Amino acid sequence: MLKSIRNSGTHKMLAFAALIVIYIFFAIAGNNFTSVSTTLNILASSYYVGFLALGVTFVIITGGIDLSIGAVMMCSALVGGQLYRNVGLPIWAVLIAMIAFGTLIGWVNGLLVTKLKLPPFIATLGMMMVSLGLGSIITGTSTKNFPTILEPDGWFSRVFFRTESGFPMGVVYLIIFFIFTFIILNKTKIGRYIYAIGSNEEAVRLSGIKVNVWKGLAFVISGFAAGLGSIFYAATYTVIIPNTGNGIELQAIAAVVIGGTSLSGGKGSLTGTMIGVFIMSILKNGLISMNLPAPFQTFFTGIVVLGAVLIDVYRNKKANKVKKLS
Amino acid sequence: MSELLLNMEGVEKYFPGVHALKKCCFDLRKGEVHALVGENGAGKSTLMKVLTGIFIPESGQITLESKCVNFKSPRQAQLAGISIVHQELNLMNHLTAAQNIFIGRESDGLFLNEKSINDKTLELFKKLNIKLDPEEKVGNLSVSHQQMIEIAKAISYDAKIIIFDEPTATLTDVEIEELFKIMNELKSQGVGMVYISHRMDEIKKISDRVTVLRDGEYIGTEDSAKVKIDDIIHMMVGRITYEEHKKISDNKEKPPVVLKVENMSSKDVNNVSFELHKGEILGFAGLIGAGRTELARLIFGADKKTTGEIYLDGKKVNVKSPHDAVRLGIGYLSEDRKRYGLSLGMSVANNIVMPNLDEYITAGIISEKKIKKIASEYVDKINIKTPSVGQLVKNLSGGNQQKVIIAKWLLKNSDILIFDEPTRGIDVGAKSEIYKIINKLAKSGKSIIIISSELPELLRMSDRVLVMCEGTHTATLELDQINQNTIMKYATQH
Repeated sequence: MLKSIRNSGTHKMLAFAALIVIYIFFAIAGNNFTSVSTTLNILASSYYVGFLALGVTFVIITGGIDLSIGAVMMCSALVGGQLYRNVGLPIWAVLIAMIAFGTLIGWVNGLLVTKLKLPPFIATLGMMMVSLGLGSIITGTSTKNFPTILEPDGWFSRVFFRTESGFPMGVVYLIIFFIFTFIILNKTKIGRYIYAIGSNEEAVRLSGIKVNVWKGLAFVISGFAAGLGSIFYAATYTVIIPNTGNGIELQAIAAVVIGGTSLSGGKGSLTGTMIGVFIMSILKNGLISMNLPAPFQTFFTGIVVLGAVLIDVYRNKKANKVKKLS
Repeated sequence: MSELLLNMEGVEKYFPGVHALKKCCFDLRKGEVHALVGENGAGKSTLMKVLTGIFIPESGQITLESKCVNFKSPRQAQLAGISIVHQELNLMNHLTAAQNIFIGRESDGLFLNEKSINDKTLELFKKLNIKLDPEEKVGNLSVSHQQMIEIAKAISYDAKIIIFDEPTATLTDVEIEELFKIMNELKSQGVGMVYISHRMDEIKKISDRVTVLRDGEYIGTEDSAKVKIDDIIHMMVGRITYEEHKKISDNKEKPPVVLKVENMSSKDVNNVSFELHKGEILGFAGLIGAGRTELARLIFGADKKTTGEIYLDGKKVNVKSPHDAVRLGIGYLSEDRKRYGLSLGMSVANNIVMPNLDEYITAGIISEKKIKKIASEYVDKINIKTPSVGQLVKNLSGGNQQKVIIAKWLLKNSDILIFDEPTRGIDVGAKSEIYKIINKLAKSGKSIIIISSELPELLRMSDRVLVMCEGTHTATLELDQINQNTIMKYATQH
């Protein structure tokens, strides 16, 4: 047991240490960085990226990639807005439809990759553009509004965004979702096969396991997470504008990579992904507290991603050396 | 005679360009070890992959315990009680030993039970006398330990039939003894086993019957206790006689040294020195993992050396990258030609001129005409069977693909050619041709190194043989010392 902690834990420890270091840095260098409102902002700006990142971690561990998550989340939010404003569905039904929509796209991604044998990069790039276009087509490129706190359905915002006292509710759901996905990935067969496929797909197939089912399921989980993320995006912003939200998927994938999940598959953890998500939102709010504009955030996120990958490559090299000697 | 467990008849299997199994048949009795032998490419592994549902045959009948079966997937074969230890390791390096062994059988429900599979694995290890931690990640284990995990996995299915596809290639003597003990134990339990191996002494020792395949055809079945090893080899090789290499005679003075390697070391190679003469064929012998390929890659500059010097024609040279090696006239023909040697989706002509492309460019434009002309010349010269030089390499047979690589290096005018497993996966006829080409090259003054895991190939071709074991150079055998026993002795010396 100790051994397995030692094997998989080092990167997470490093990422966690980086999180602390970055936090302390901004606590000293930023204005009011440790204040309650900034802390709440850090938590609030981690939700929807957090959902996407947790979901896409499953796909990345199988050795695949899902580029569609950002566009699917936006499209799902637009579909929800359309159903709420134009079709007049009650808000609870709209929320279920949003999750169902994301899951459906995830399922299609899975089919494209497993049955039609498309490379995941191409399949999900295609579905990203399909979702992007679909969002505009369905809404007629018009902005969709979700109920704000003041409207009759305002409970939606209080339950999924902020309580009246200002507590960021999304974080609670993110943690629940984290625990849920953590159990799936670490305690069930689904997770075991997802790791196994990423490690050596052919070996899994030769062990008599239906690789397509489990690989497809990883995409379904990723799509489900994108659908779930759309609820929190809608609750946070309430105004959904078609053709926005570009690059959210890349933020999510960056968080996964910072958390130590290998893009070549077989290796990774959801705890790492959560740390990655918080590193990114601390970075974002920290730079704001230093009065630096948004492009700096992008710039430094890039640096952190490169650093995380470099550490991983270096550690793998070292681990191989040790193996050869013993 | 015990009852028949399995019968395969009239099995036909085609791959693009290859008729892999021709009306092949095989049978297996309860509590029997049935050896399956044949040269590489004879169809042993293909036949077993048909039996385990990995390949689906074009036609043929398989009866298991007098019931007709038709496996469409590995899963179905597994459920019917057939398990296999694959020749190439099929493990998930990121998972633990226990997780690997019980993949697909973790628990009845959705949730995992690590303790239960760890306990079961420990029990299995005890039974098989394997001293490993079930929670160790497989990627951290040595190749021979990984092989033991594969064997443990196959046995753990409580199978009626277990197929061992060259299980001993990476095992030490002690581990082989242990495996044979396990096999005898399984025999007494009535398990039928198929044993694929190139090692004749093992076949005599462990098997009850031996079946020979050649070129995808069934040749015959003999009683292992009675049949002579020479007869088996004769059945394997058949009428085809390979051209013998005209060896450099000993009484004449040896031709000059063209390549001298001194104290070459890296993480896989331990202080190796040797010389290569002009027009000589030097064999590199050793078991898998002995460091032969690694040594070749060091000479070629593909990996980083820790110490060592290379002299070409007596002059010290500095080979830091494959680019340097090619410039100095060293060519390396990789063991994995599809991965490192060829651009499969490109034409024969484009593959041949690849390293020399600069010479066929005028004013920045590639001259297709010149390329076609020179490629045609080489296609004729070494007899590459292709409808045209425009044919895509992926449509050629393995033997002809190998010839394309040879043409590529000839055009580059390399004086030293390193062939790494030159005939792996090539059928018998094409093999003979590759040997002819190599002999012709040596005669014309090229110096050649052949790395091969097939001893008969080294015995047939080499003027001298350098034997390695676990990264160390254990012997250099002169022409009169080259024989199977001596090579094996030095290859297993620690």
